[in-house]
Amino acid sequence: MSKLLGWIDDRFPLTALWKSQVSEYYAPKNFNFWYYFGSLALFVLVLQIITGIFLTMNYKPDASRAFESVEYIMRDVDWGWLIRYMHSTGASMFFIVVYLHMFRGLLYGSYRKPRELLWVFGCLIYLCLMAEAFFGYLLPWGQMSYWGAQVIVNLFSSIPLIGNDLAIWIRGDYTISDITLNRFFAFHVIALPLVLLGLVAAHLVALHEVGSNNPDGVEIKKFKDPSTGHPLDGIPFHPYYTVKDLLGVVVFLVVFTIIVFFLPEGGGYFLEANNFVPANPLQTPVPLTPVWYFTPYYAMLRAVPSAMGTQVWGVIIMGASVLIFFALPWLDRGKVKSIRYRGPLFKAWLALFVVCFAILGYLGVHEVTVWSQFPDQWPILGGADRATVVARFLTIGYFLFFILMPWYTARDRTLPEPERVTFK
Amino acid sequence: MKAIACLVAVMLAAASVPALAESGPETLMPPAPVNRLDNESLQRGAHTFVNYCLTCHTAHFMRYNRLTDIGLTEHEIKDDLILTDAKIGDTMTVAMSAADAKEWFGATPPDLSVEARVRGTDWLYDYLNGFYRDPKSATGWNNIVFHNVGMPHALAQLQGTRKIVETEYEDHEKAEAAAIAAKGLASIAPAAGGKWTVATLETETPGTLTEVQYEATVADLVNYMDFMAEPAKNQRIRLGMMVLLFLGVLFVFAFLLKREYWRDVH
Repeated sequence: MSKLLGWIDDRFPLTALWKSQVSEYYAPKNFNFWYYFGSLALFVLVLQIITGIFLTMNYKPDASRAFESVEYIMRDVDWGWLIRYMHSTGASMFFIVVYLHMFRGLLYGSYRKPRELLWVFGCLIYLCLMAEAFFGYLLPWGQMSYWGAQVIVNLFSSIPLIGNDLAIWIRGDYTISDITLNRFFAFHVIALPLVLLGLVAAHLVALHEVGSNNPDGVEIKKFKDPSTGHPLDGIPFHPYYTVKDLLGVVVFLVVFTIIVFFLPEGGGYFLEANNFVPANPLQTPVPLTPVWYFTPYYAMLRAVPSAMGTQVWGVIIMGASVLIFFALPWLDRGKVKSIRYRGPLFKAWLALFVVCFAILGYLGVHEVTVWSQFPDQWPILGGADRATVVARFLTIGYFLFFILMPWYTARDRTLPEPERVTFK
Repeated sequence: MKAIACLVAVMLAAASVPALAESGPETLMPPAPVNRLDNESLQRGAHTFVNYCLTCHTAHFMRYNRLTDIGLTEHEIKDDLILTDAKIGDTMTVAMSAADAKEWFGATPPDLSVEARVRGTDWLYDYLNGFYRDPKSATGWNNIVFHNVGMPHALAQLQGTRKIVETEYEDHEKAEAAAIAAKGLASIAPAAGGKWTVATLETETPGTLTEVQYEATVADLVNYMDFMAEPAKNQRIRLGMMVLLFLGVLFVFAFLLKREYWRDVH
């Protein structure tokens, strides 16, 4: 065995790679609960790829057979139902895990110097994931698949001058059709997974170059053991974090199992009831709302009024609300990274941001009439949908978190950072 | 940590904001008394389904031999349940063409394979209990759950005919109390002059079944449709228990392994 390893090492740096990336990659010893979600995201990615491969073996990307082939998988393919539920649940769990992973970045300032590029790669992964989810959602060819794709592609047609041609170019047809299904299938099963895997690799390479942040937001590389050169507060990723993350995976699997086996529809949020009706281009389903992980952005899109005869503003706001994450490393001027040592201003703004995001998400799954209307006799607001007005304020709150960040982080009353990480 | 606890509290408060009542008729809908483990109920439901539904509706994704899952033998299926010249491995189709159906009913009757996943069992149960005579409609039938539905009452022979009874009440509160007191399907709608009407159903001419028997028949049918919408459901839930048990054991080992390794981290 060691002879074989020697033979390989003479030709390929296997041992050196293993050491530098795993067994001698030093990670801070004080990771907490929030640090499970990175490895979980990787785990879900692998799960989606494997279950996706098996689904591809039986799925037919053909508008006249797609819906039928999904039911065929659910009934006649051995363990097909399990593979399909794992894939559909995995999609939602991917977003839950990634949202928590991103929130961890906000909590502990993981995007700050020297991790700006690491954060940018992460944002690109998030964008890619949204596209991947969008393309995949068309494949079951149910009513929600069809009309969801219709609405999203129509967003592009609101762009002045080129909009209509652009939308036709994306669809390959004047409406969502078999042609669209075929190309979305290609994007979903090969184009985007390739990009996704490349970005994840870049994300990991960048991480291992700069080293992990930690809940104290202090650099462990500042204090090294003079004899070994290893960080004093670091521990080798393997075996310490492999066994710890294994525990995380088991707990994740418990939650995952409960959904897959007992609540595969996720209360109508993971698999929507209307998506069990085959796509019908002549009948719009009511209510027409996106899957839960897009709803905060959808609520913003709906909240923005049309102006100057075009609805493109909502699309711009929605695009900006996702893209603004890229700017985060350059917006934050705080003296400390971690929320543990941040002042009350940052904490208040982060809380506001989370509240805005959560309520926008709630509003996005409901119709704008969900909170009925303001009384007619009220000035200005009279007769307007309450939910729309609230969503407008929340959209402003969402953006203010980013736009005002250079100001409130710089003047915040921060606590002194410790020299080294705190560990009990 | 405190900040996070506050966040969670605020989010929960936001999520629990009650949705204000929407205008339009509201219908009180009793839940369907179904039991997915009751094979006899499922078998009775399958009989009702092939006799009454499978004349116009299809179940394109449901194979006859899948009925072995609810305790029927292939012989029983062939003798009692296949009323066409279909083979045991075929799916449930009908002789009526989609074009004819469209001409006769105004719309092609939807495929019922996964209908229970679209509507839910409660809705189906109430819908099948909700037909009443309406001379104004094209088929002579209407439904308290699905207004102006194109489908005639396929089970009328069993249930007999019912008529709608509308009573007016002063305000919404009284109307709601009356609707609840009716202990069944009842719909409340705003009427002229700020008043509210409560609509309930009443037997006009009896069918071959009593009211209790009819409700049980519909419950069996809905139970079967729920099985047909996801035949692997029982297997899924059974297997889920085993997987959770396995993960429970795995958790103990994973936990001990982690603790053992982390003993020397100070």
